[in-house]
Amino acid sequence: MSTAVYERIRNNPKFDELVAKRSRFAWTLTAVVLGIYFIFIMVVAFNPKLLATPIWEGGTASIAWPIGAGMILLFWLMTGLYIRRANSEFDDINAEIIKGAIE
Amino acid sequence: MNRGMLKFAAVALALSWMGLAIAAPDVGQAQKQGINIHAIVMFFIFVMATLGITYWAAKRTKTASDYYSAGGGITGTQNGLAIAGDYMSAATLLGLTSLTYFQGFDGYIYCICFYVGWPFIMFIMAERLRNLGKFTFADITSYRLDQRQVRTIAAIGSLTVVVFYLIAQMVGAGQLIKLLFGLDYWLAVVIVGVLMVVYVTFGGMIATTWVQIIKACLLLGGGTAVMLLAFSQFGFNFETLATQAVANSKKGLALMGPGSLLADPITAVSLSLGLMFGTAGLPHILMRFFTVPNAKEARKSVFVATLCVGFFFTVVALMGLAAITIVGTNPQYFEGGELGGKLIGGGNMPAMHLAHAVGGNLLLGFLSAVAFATILAVVAGLALAGASAISHDIYANVIMKGKATEADEVRVSKRSSLFLGVLAVLLGIAFEKQNVAFLVGLAFGVAASCNFPVLILSMYWKGLTTRGAIWGSIAGLVSAVLIVVLSKAVWVVVLGNKEPIFPYEQPAIFSMPIAFFMAWLGSVTDKSARAAKEIEAFEDQYVRAQTGFGAAGAAAH
Repeated sequence: MSTAVYERIRNNPKFDELVAKRSRFAWTLTAVVLGIYFIFIMVVAFNPKLLATPIWEGGTASIAWPIGAGMILLFWLMTGLYIRRANSEFDDINAEIIKGAIE
Repeated sequence: MNRGMLKFAAVALALSWMGLAIAAPDVGQAQKQGINIHAIVMFFIFVMATLGITYWAAKRTKTASDYYSAGGGITGTQNGLAIAGDYMSAATLLGLTSLTYFQGFDGYIYCICFYVGWPFIMFIMAERLRNLGKFTFADITSYRLDQRQVRTIAAIGSLTVVVFYLIAQMVGAGQLIKLLFGLDYWLAVVIVGVLMVVYVTFGGMIATTWVQIIKACLLLGGGTAVMLLAFSQFGFNFETLATQAVANSKKGLALMGPGSLLADPITAVSLSLGLMFGTAGLPHILMRFFTVPNAKEARKSVFVATLCVGFFFTVVALMGLAAITIVGTNPQYFEGGELGGKLIGGGNMPAMHLAHAVGGNLLLGFLSAVAFATILAVVAGLALAGASAISHDIYANVIMKGKATEADEVRVSKRSSLFLGVLAVLLGIAFEKQNVAFLVGLAFGVAASCNFPVLILSMYWKGLTTRGAIWGSIAGLVSAVLIVVLSKAVWVVVLGNKEPIFPYEQPAIFSMPIAFFMAWLGSVTDKSARAAKEIEAFEDQYVRAQTGFGAAGAAAH
């Protein structure tokens, strides 16, 4: 029974549109996260002194801490960005496709 | 104690965390301390509250779906807290605080390495997991493949992870409770075992989830309170905190930048891979995605979990930095009152001493009770995942070929959790004197190499066939276990040989590619009629994964 529905969904051009849009968005965000993380690890491995630079001239606290906290915050905000689009735009198209297929 | 010894101790501690910082409270051979009455009273309150919840949950647990996945009736926010709870163990609190205390920024680097898996789970996995899964992750891997073979191997992978992880948690619990509560080791292990079985058999996933939620809130609240009280002593000024930490630490300015922990890039990358993809292959974390009604809520739960985990890591790092000044300059926390000597209770204690320093016995008791509750919640999740693999995968689908009644399946699951509880207590007592750090490395290694590759391929790669899934799982399982056994952690530390046969302790960077390669090889060379059918069936699975149409929905309560 459901195979027929799946086929109708599959043949709906909106399905391809949804998949393409969502995949592009998810993979772009993944690439950004992994890219930033990779750069960070490379700096840690090859130029650790850079991260020990003081935040204020003559101060002690280094830029490493706010950079670390900033990464954690940024990655979290990016998951927020994803669900903002996924839970509204993508899910709306999704609901429409399913509705079209079961009628 | 001279500086050379101290340095050695710090490095040994750091190494022992490499595989287990977030995973198990390895406190080594702890000294039994005096009875801590505040901690025991607060833990007693926690136990009473969670038993009340279990009673309430038991009345609501009627169907198999209620039992395994709380009927899909958990909201995204609740589930997010529970996932964070599964992830943040007593070792996150103790191990990472202590790592920052001794190593400064290196501790925070570890936090970031553990954290980066979460956005990945969000973007690549959450939605498909929810759309395809029902009770266990084997539901996904066996979706279009041979039910009996693929489920059997998935269940073996799950049970291996669960048993290794359970032993590590049990031993950690015994040591930690001996240290914090002043109770005997065996008594602590038995208490943990009995409560775990009670939560899981009577309350199923509903009780397990709520125990996890309460624990996550207590851990976040307790940690934040200690951090704020400690930070207030520096006028909430990070510059003051850093200046004093640098002045009061032997490491001095080295605290402020990356140190030597990541000096070996292969170990660092392997650890990072193992933690990131191991998390995405842990059966008790994967099960959490089936407790929410739809993909929308699944995404929301990862969003909430990511926030909690990231926030908690930052709190823990600040606690470690503050402890350098507050604990490190107070002789009462050192053995024989000798500043810079051995911390009372061992190297994992800065978080607890800090709680005592800023909030007295009451806060120390509270934090100790939270640490105990944390272990309890994690083992309950593990036991439920293990019992589900036995009942849903092996019993209902392999032995009974899908013809078992729901009532029988749940009955088998409850018996399995009792069996796992007894096994965990016995092994926990048997392993008392062992160094169990390697068990956590094994659990994450197997999760990342046996469970994860086949899971992700089954969702993303059309060409995966039953033979490929079996080859990939076995290759991942065997290579991960072999690497850990031949590495220093087991070959030298446990078996007492002089030199390790394999130079690296973290298996993921080697065993994951092996698993992916074998899964690919087994699939592309599989020209059977069954393989052709399986590849064809990917279309329907793909549509369901993308749209959620046909996915197991929420039961009406």
